[in-house]
Formats: sequence, structure tokens, C-alpha cells
Amino acid sequence: MADEKKPSGLTRREFIKNGSFAVGGLIGGGLIGGMLFNTSSETSTSTSNGDHNHGNGSNDYMEARLFFKRQEDFRVLSSAVERIFPEDEVGPGAIALSVPYFIDRQLAGSWGFNAREYMDGPFEEGEDTQGTQSALLRRDAFLQGVRLIQKEAKANHDGENYFDLTEEQQDAILEKFEAGDVEMNGMSSSQFFSLLRTATLRGVYSDPVYGGNKNMDGWRMKKYPGGQMAYMNIIEDEEFHDMEPISLHEHHN
Amino acid sequence: MATELPKKQAVIVGVGWAGGIIAAELAKAGIEVLGLERGADRTPADFIMQKDEMKYALDHDLMQDLSKETVSFRNDNDMTALPMRQTGSFVLGTDLGGAGIHWNGQAPRFFPYDFEIRSQTIEKYGEEKIEEGITLQDWGITYDELEPYYTQWEKTAGISGEQNDMTPWMSEDYPTPPMKETPAIRLFKDAASELGLHPHQRPSANLSENYTNPDGKTIYQCQFCSFCERFGCDYQAKSDPLITVIPTAVDTGNFEIKTHANVREVAHEDGKAVGVYYIDGNDGQQYFQPADMVILTTYVLNNTRLMLQSGIGRPYDPETEEGVVGKHYCYQIMSGAQGMFEDKQFNLYAGAGALGGGVEDYNADNFDHSDLDFIHGGVLSLNQTGIRPIETNPVPPDTKSWGSEFKKASTHYFYRTLSIGCQGASMPYRYNYLDLDPTYTDENGDPLLRMTYNFTDQDRKLAAHQAERSEEIMKQMGADIVRQTNQATGDYNIVPYQTTHNTGGTIMGASSETSVVNNYSQVWDCENLFVVGASTFSHNSGNNPTPTVGALAYRAAEGMLEYFDNPGILVDDED
Repeated sequence: MADEKKPSGLTRREFIKNGSFAVGGLIGGGLIGGMLFNTSSETSTSTSNGDHNHGNGSNDYMEARLFFKRQEDFRVLSSAVERIFPEDEVGPGAIALSVPYFIDRQLAGSWGFNAREYMDGPFEEGEDTQGTQSALLRRDAFLQGVRLIQKEAKANHDGENYFDLTEEQQDAILEKFEAGDVEMNGMSSSQFFSLLRTATLRGVYSDPVYGGNKNMDGWRMKKYPGGQMAYMNIIEDEEFHDMEPISLHEHHN
Repeated sequence: MATELPKKQAVIVGVGWAGGIIAAELAKAGIEVLGLERGADRTPADFIMQKDEMKYALDHDLMQDLSKETVSFRNDNDMTALPMRQTGSFVLGTDLGGAGIHWNGQAPRFFPYDFEIRSQTIEKYGEEKIEEGITLQDWGITYDELEPYYTQWEKTAGISGEQNDMTPWMSEDYPTPPMKETPAIRLFKDAASELGLHPHQRPSANLSENYTNPDGKTIYQCQFCSFCERFGCDYQAKSDPLITVIPTAVDTGNFEIKTHANVREVAHEDGKAVGVYYIDGNDGQQYFQPADMVILTTYVLNNTRLMLQSGIGRPYDPETEEGVVGKHYCYQIMSGAQGMFEDKQFNLYAGAGALGGGVEDYNADNFDHSDLDFIHGGVLSLNQTGIRPIETNPVPPDTKSWGSEFKKASTHYFYRTLSIGCQGASMPYRYNYLDLDPTYTDENGDPLLRMTYNFTDQDRKLAAHQAERSEEIMKQMGADIVRQTNQATGDYNIVPYQTTHNTGGTIMGASSETSVVNNYSQVWDCENLFVVGASTFSHNSGNNPTPTVGALAYRAAEGMLEYFDNPGILVDDED
């Protein structure tokens, strides 16, 4: 995709990166503007987290979207998960840990299709003790959810994008979802928020093979050593042992 | 139409601990045994370097695919049961080895009190001690009768452990010494001792040293890598059916296993089983497998479902209290205490599924219940199973569950938080039962099993008591922030994980009037059909069920061999 040629002879990436083309009105309008913004967002992702570019190159090739077609949706998702797990003095946030791409890949696969769950009808609301009875697949729930987040932003902030709001404004919208105060079709907004939060934590702390927890920095933040083969030598020790984490990549190569 | 296959002497449905034990014992005795396993084939090589929290612990790779079959659930008869769409409160194992693969390896026995719970409770406290609707029954077997079979299973599995004044009596010591103590476990044990309790190192199927069992199978020393529960073991250091009883059975040449063989029904004529119908998941076709003897060793829930679906035994009706199949569905009541330590970090990433300290002082009738308004109790334990980062995010009370505040707190307290948990015993209740769902079906169009279950007042009082005791120990341990945890303050909820200690549905007893099987796990109403596993527990004790499943399976195998020699009901029916 990176090498797809535009009529002008520029690669798609050069085309997008070259602001003068887009802003200069060659095509103009919303679509290309969105692509342009998204590119800058990706740039800020990697610069906010400079040493991650030292990772092996193949990992970076995987930072592309498999599920989300609209860049606007992906930008809303990215901003929302960053609020759930923000960059702060403790360590990198969800974007630096590549959580948005992690979620994108999860939604493209069996998790997004609820493949190993009972999805036959009839669907009835039921009691809380009976668990989710939603007919909505996670992939559809995410599309609906991020678009509603964006809709809330625009409706309450003079048409502004969610990702352009202040952190406080972004949090307030997520809190509204968390409280179940946004009307959703097929599940409550609190269920969606819970799904979003769970997906974020999975992206922060799952093995890097899934595309999140970039460079195992999620684990480092928690001093989690990953899948070490044995702790026989330290199991009885009083002192705390902090060690360099090990991922499936090390196990399988 | 079903294709009829050549007859076998014995067909085992579901090959986990119970099925593997019976396969080994029958095959050793020269019986030709076929194991039908609806899951896939599996070997220990499937578990090497699979240290992936998300795939196994969260997305349940070793568990039943609920898109094919689940259960429906309601709290009581006034609700409409709805399908359990996602795995939550319990995790149903699948594939060869069953739940015996993903278990933690905690291996305590039940107490003598358990097997005679009704008689002993009445004798000591009077009948009025038993709350209305709590339908306690003795098991039709005593602990002393079952004791040799516990020993037999412990030798097969190589259990590592120790005894004290509060643990059930044993005719022989555990085959291997107890597991190592960690600082967190030591802290728990010291605090418990200071309070006058009797801590012990928990019996463990993660072994303290290499061990070769009487069948010549070796189980290796645990390396404390912490990937036990919901995982297979990297080292063959957690006793499971795949490294013990299944290869023992296969080695005889008398045991054949068919995987992807999903049994739908036990065929029966004139009070005897004649075979089973199954669908082969490879070709989607239905087969009829004739057999002289049929043995159901699927999990608790499917054992009961197969009985109901086959129309064997009288289904239980909670209104009339007639019938037996589906009654006494029990669970466990989980409560405890959590403690946060500002000045200590424990190496909690390290551990083993059964690495823990426990006290049995508040289990069974080990403590006087005269002034208490409940019966039984449960083990209190501090287990160092190994924490993992996605699921373990401890924060102090009233911390926001996301954002920077959450991030700071959850990373700070990750290694500073310890928990004491109680597995509270679960008493049978008239309206807690299993039957077939009228609406929802599995992939073959067969009705799902319907679970009707809620906590009772007995359960809630027991849980509250155990949470208080746990809190006392945690305070004694010196935690800075202590709070009780309790899953049973309200209605049973099928969403949060609690325990996979489901029991009942095809219970054991002394009489065909009140039970499905006798103490050889032989079906009263169908003498060449045996149902083995925790589905035969008349109630659930305050400890892990696997050793009792193992013991009952060894006893059942003895009964089956007796039956091959002298067909008939093996135990006098008290009715």
C-alpha cells in the first residue's frame, strides 16, 4: 500500500505527506484533510516515544490499519484510549504503546467477530446476573461507539473533533459513556466503555506479538518480566527482583 | 441415520482425569476401551513456550468454544434463562485431558464430615440447624471407605504436601514433600499461627521434586514459572491426565481414543445402556457405537445434560422434589480479604498454581457452629499462583478505574497486594438445579443445559464469616489497606470469574429414591452405565474437588471390573 502510485507519480505516502498538495486544493475537502491529519498524528505517536523506532523494522510495518477504514474513526479511538491510559510520569501511554493498532488488529480477527461466543438468538435483555445478551459483534460495537464519541464531541463543542478537544473535555465525554448516558443501539454505552477499557488494558499489557505493549514498555512500566522460563532461584527470596522482560518472540526464535 | 460401528467392551465419554483413570484401570485389566473425546487431540508439546496471558487466561484457548455449546442460566424459576454467551464465572475445559489440563493443581481432600454431612450435623446440632430448603444428604459412602482411593490417586499424581491437626486423616503421607515457602506465604502462615490457627503448605500437583508414579509415569519438579491455571505446563511438572493415566491406558494396547467425537445420547433398552450416538466433527456424520458398558466422564454440566438428553433416570422437579437427575447443583461461595502493603514488594510474578499456605480451622465442622447461623465453612488460603499484568490491576478503594490515577495506582500496587481467599462450601438448595432449556440449542440442535442457581442465606452468612476471618489474618499480616472481598453479598452473577468448582446433577447416595448413582458411580436405573466426576457430589465442600473426583474414579473403576465379572447392581439400594 505504501508504494501505491498516484497519478502524479508520487507514492501515496509522499502524496499525503506533501501538505501543499492537499491543502493547496488539488483535491481539497474533508477526505484528504482527514488523511493528512492522521499522518501527522502517526508522526507525533512515534516522536513522543523516540526510542521505539529502534525496534525491529518488521514491527513498524504492522502499524497499519486492518479493520478501521475511516481514518477519522481511528483518530477518535486513538485519542480515547490515550485518555484511558495516558502518557504521564509513570510511563508511555496507549498511543506510544501502539494500543490503537493493537485494537484494530483484534477487531479484524476472531475477537472482533465474537467467534468463540454463543451468538444464537433469540436475544433478550435479561438481568445483569445473566451476562451480556448483546447481538452486536465487537467490531460493530467499536464502529458505533467511536462514531458516537465523535458525535458527542461535535454536538457539544461547536462541531469540534473529539481528538481536537482538551483532555478534560475528552474525559467528560468518556465519563458520559461510562455512566451509560449515551444512547447506543445493541448495547449500553457503559458496556461499550467497559469494552474499550478492557481492550486498552489488553493492548498495554499483552505480549507484543499482538501489536501492542510496544517494545514491552507496558511490561517494563509494571516491572512485569513477561514469560520467564523459571523462578526457581528467586522464589524464596525476600528482596524484590526487577528483570528485563521476555516475550514470545524470544521464546519462539 | 447413524452408521453403526463394531462393538466395544467399554466406551468412555470424555477423556480427562476421571475418564483417564478409568481407561487406565480397565485397560490394565484387559478390557477393550474406546475413549470418545469431543475436543481435539493434545500432547504436552502443545504447552511448550505458551506463556501468553491474553490467549489462554483471557481468551480461554484451552476452554470450550461457546459458539458450539454453552449453558443457559437464571437465578430462579421466575426468570427466563438466557444463554451464557461469554465465558465468565467458570471456565469449561475441552480437548484431550479436559479440565485436568488447565487446573491449578490444588489437591486437598474433602473432610470426613462431608460424606456424612446430614447425619453428623443433626447428631451434633439437631435437625433445626439445617435451614429450610437446604436438602442435605449423606453421600452413601464414608471418608474411611474412600480413603484408600484418595491415597491411590495421590500416588498417581505424586502430590506434594503436608498434614497437620486440621487436615483430614491420611493412611500414608503425601508421596512428595511440600512445596517451597515464599515470603508472602510465610507472612500469612506466621500471622495465622499468631492468631492460634494451624497453617499448612497446600497440597500441590505442581511437584516439589521429580517423581515416578506406580504406573511408571514421571512428573517433573515445578520451576515456579507461574503459568498454571488456564495453561498447560511447560515442564510436565503439573500432574495432569496427559502425562499420567492416559498414556498408562494407551501403553496397554487396549485403549483407543477418538477425538472430535461429540456424544449426543446414550442409547438404552430395558434398563441397560447399549451404546452411544456421536457426531464426528471431522465429517459431520452421526455414528452409533455399541458397547457392553458406557461411562460418562465429561464435565459436571455435560454429564447431567447427557443423562437428561438420553432420558435415563427421573428428571428432578423442584416443585414436587420428585426425581433425581439435575438436583443438588452446587458451586462454591468465594470471599476473603485483600491487603495492600506500602513498604513491601513481593515477587508475585513468580508462583505455581498450587503454591500456597492454608488454614483448615474454619472448614467443614473443624470449628464449633453452635453459635453460628450456618453450617460448614471453607479453606482460607494465600496462594501465590503468579500474577499477570492484564488481569491484575489492584487499586485502593475509590480509585478511578481509568486514566492517570488508575495507571499510577495499579502499577504501584501490582507487587504490593496480597489476597486471602476462601472457597466456601456450597450446600444443596431445593431450587438450585439443572434441566434442559426449552428455547436455546447447541450446534446440533440439542437443548442447552439450563442452570437455575442462586446464593442462599446459608451461603451469604458463610461467606461473610469467612471474609471476617480472612480480614483478621490480613490485618495481623500488617497490611496498610485491608478490605474484605465477597462474591456472595447479592445474587449469583455468572459474569465475574469465581471458581470452576461446579458440582452435582447426577449425585451419589445410598438410595435410588434420592440419588442417581451409588458409591461406585453406577447408575441405579441403568446398571451398565456409570457417571463419574464432580457431578456425583451431593454438595460441594470448602476445598478443591479434583482429588475427590480422582478417588471416586478409582473406586468406580473397581466397581466396573467387578461388574464385568458379576453383572448387577453393586450396592444394596436402601429403598
